[in-house]
Amino acid sequence: MGRTVRLRVTAKERVADDVVALTLADPTGDRLPDWTPGAHLDLVLPTGLTRQYSLCGDRFDPSRYRVGVLREPDGRGGSAYVHDELRVGDEVGVGGPRNHFPLVPSQRYLFLAGGIGITPLLPMVHQADLLGADWTLVYGGRRRGSMAFLGELAGYGDRVHVVPQDEQGLLDLPHWLGTPRPGTRVYCCGPGPLLDAVGAACASWPAHSLRTERFVAREQPAPARSTPFDVRLARSGTTVTVAPDRSVLEVVREAGVDVLSSCRQGTCGTCGTDVLEGLPDHRDSILDDAEREAGDCMYICVSRARSDHLVLDL
Amino acid sequence: MTTTAPAPPPVSDADPFGPEVLEDPLPFHAALREAGPVVRLSRYGVYAMGRYAEVHAALRDWQGFESGAGVGLSNFRTEAPWRPPSLLLEADPPRHDAPRRVLVDLLSPRALRRLRERWTAAAEDLVDRLLAEGDEFDAVPALAEAYPLRVFPDAVGVSPEGRENLLPYGEFLFNAFGPHNDLVAEGAPRLPELSAWVNAQCQRDSLADGGFGAGIWAAADRGEITHEQAPLVVRSLLSAGVDTTVHGLAATLHAFATHPDQWRRLRARPELVRVAFDEAVRWASPVQTFFRTATTDVRVGGTVIPHGEKILMFLAAANRDPRRWDDPDRFDLSRDPSGHVGFGFGIHHCVGQHVARLEAECLLTALAARVEAIEVAGATRRLHNNTLRAWGSLPVRVRPAR
Ligand code: HEM
Ligand code: FES
Repeated sequence: MGRTVRLRVTAKERVADDVVALTLADPTGDRLPDWTPGAHLDLVLPTGLTRQYSLCGDRFDPSRYRVGVLREPDGRGGSAYVHDELRVGDEVGVGGPRNHFPLVPSQRYLFLAGGIGITPLLPMVHQADLLGADWTLVYGGRRRGSMAFLGELAGYGDRVHVVPQDEQGLLDLPHWLGTPRPGTRVYCCGPGPLLDAVGAACASWPAHSLRTERFVAREQPAPARSTPFDVRLARSGTTVTVAPDRSVLEVVREAGVDVLSSCRQGTCGTCGTDVLEGLPDHRDSILDDAEREAGDCMYICVSRARSDHLVLDL
Repeated sequence: MTTTAPAPPPVSDADPFGPEVLEDPLPFHAALREAGPVVRLSRYGVYAMGRYAEVHAALRDWQGFESGAGVGLSNFRTEAPWRPPSLLLEADPPRHDAPRRVLVDLLSPRALRRLRERWTAAAEDLVDRLLAEGDEFDAVPALAEAYPLRVFPDAVGVSPEGRENLLPYGEFLFNAFGPHNDLVAEGAPRLPELSAWVNAQCQRDSLADGGFGAGIWAAADRGEITHEQAPLVVRSLLSAGVDTTVHGLAATLHAFATHPDQWRRLRARPELVRVAFDEAVRWASPVQTFFRTATTDVRVGGTVIPHGEKILMFLAAANRDPRRWDDPDRFDLSRDPSGHVGFGFGIHHCVGQHVARLEAECLLTALAARVEAIEVAGATRRLHNNTLRAWGSLPVRVRPAR
């Protein structure tokens, strides 16, 4: 009862100079929660750091996830660990998948990727192709060797424009975005300066034409924990201890509190519980970042605690 | 990996849509579960599943079992659907994604918080007025129909005129997932008129500001779905959101009227109300069945369901499978009903489940505070439907709390 929110690394491959692709699967071989293009996974590393990585595998395969991880130049926490320490067979904590960058229906798409920003767009181009939409991908990077997934993209022929900076210079945004085309959706993911430039270039486009994803490494209130924590149930007055291998839901039910659940994987919303005190460690697929930060509600089938104790309205 | 050759499934010539089974489906469900994990229903040339494990697995496996060929007996690949297919229920990924996301957001527990106060007041008012009239009434029209019809169309933003069309439209729709039997034929004459009214309600101009319907059109304005899709997404709410809750509430009231000890338990511990409704949905399964279509040869429990074949999933039988539930025929508030498939499971998992739960919570809470005992007070009557387990009449006598 309650998914243990840990997945096993089943493959780790270098897919470009500074990029590795991780394949993750459930340790018991179970189906993974479904996802849609644009979704990301929260990876909770043994250091307690949480990092978001876009899913870039095949949604039709429910047995594995794939994420691409760039070694960040400033070496801030997560990516260095993934590159240097994480091995096939290791388990990592996960949250989600969540999608704040969904592909909306359209006849035409223009996808603009900068560097590792290709990852959420990869399943999108696959899907646009599947739906028979008219689409173009413009993919910029420093040089060919630093650009991941070029082999997979080669199959799409001249819909894909690969623009390594050392060969062709920066992306020619006025060329791609200069003339607004109503009915075209522009999807962009990449470094901040690219997103800013695309935002400016799309100023004359119809409202809602442009959709971007910007990963901001949010300050975490506290690291994720791998030790037990206490949960006080305000209405019933009891306190229970949740061990690392148990879910809050499971332990609360055992204490005789009647809380309803359904999917037990953080997708349906049935087990939503008000948080009165403490810092939740959100692992669900439902709340967005702002709702997570508010910290007043959690899905106890998967979510845990960052603080030593939580007080729940149960 | 199992290497044994697939065996042909056992065959049953029973008619799950015939009047005997619709009157009391429990013996048929038991026989289906006992016969095997997959059974062939020779009368309709389809496969059937009645055990929890296989039904649950099939509901999650959208890759192997598609909804786009229709979730009724009719196969949309070979027969024209009676209306443009639903963008949710009768769609698969990737087309299913965007409409689903819009409804998930609009109908999430957080989004529904703003309705709780109004829906509580409406429930209290309804029960107070009813009790002022007397202590005997038919619980189907007086509560199970009256309450959802009072709060849900308002929440969608449907105009007050013509709301009496909602129930018969839903009744036809749920019959139409079955074979073309008498139930479908009886509903057919009024269909053009009912459809015309429902379709008119789905247009932007018909929908009041602030409701779910306006929310769907606003999502279209933001480009999350297309403007062509918006009326069909509204239609999903009007199709799936009325009869289901009416018969879900009727089932709950019937469960309590026949289990006085459980009513006392709820009154003693009103916080059990959410568990109580889900236990009633498990126990009675207001939505009994849905079909899928195999996208390839799918191996299930030692047999193979061939590509393109229809599979009838008996949610109701799975919800009482003794392999999954202890003493499954008992309606019991001390049980954890979580994981029942009465709302389905997987990517089509009922998107209105939080709406249904909130309606039930408000009505049952109001009733439990005002009624000490409730019992059946006359001949009850089932309403036969090819998909729903429905009540036509449920006369009850109540003892108001002092
Ligand atoms: C007790 C009440 C209800 C029951 C038992 C019920 C049952 C179900 C079931 C079993 C499914 C899954 C169908 C499948 O897998 O093919 C479903 C889907 C659906 N339900 Fe409900 N339902 C209820 C109330 C509601 C309400 C109140 C609404 C609207 C507000 C609603 C809207 C929907 C929609 C739109 C779908 C399709 C979802 C999709 O395919 O993604 N339902 N429901
Ligand atoms: S049970 Fe579905 S979100 Fe927790």
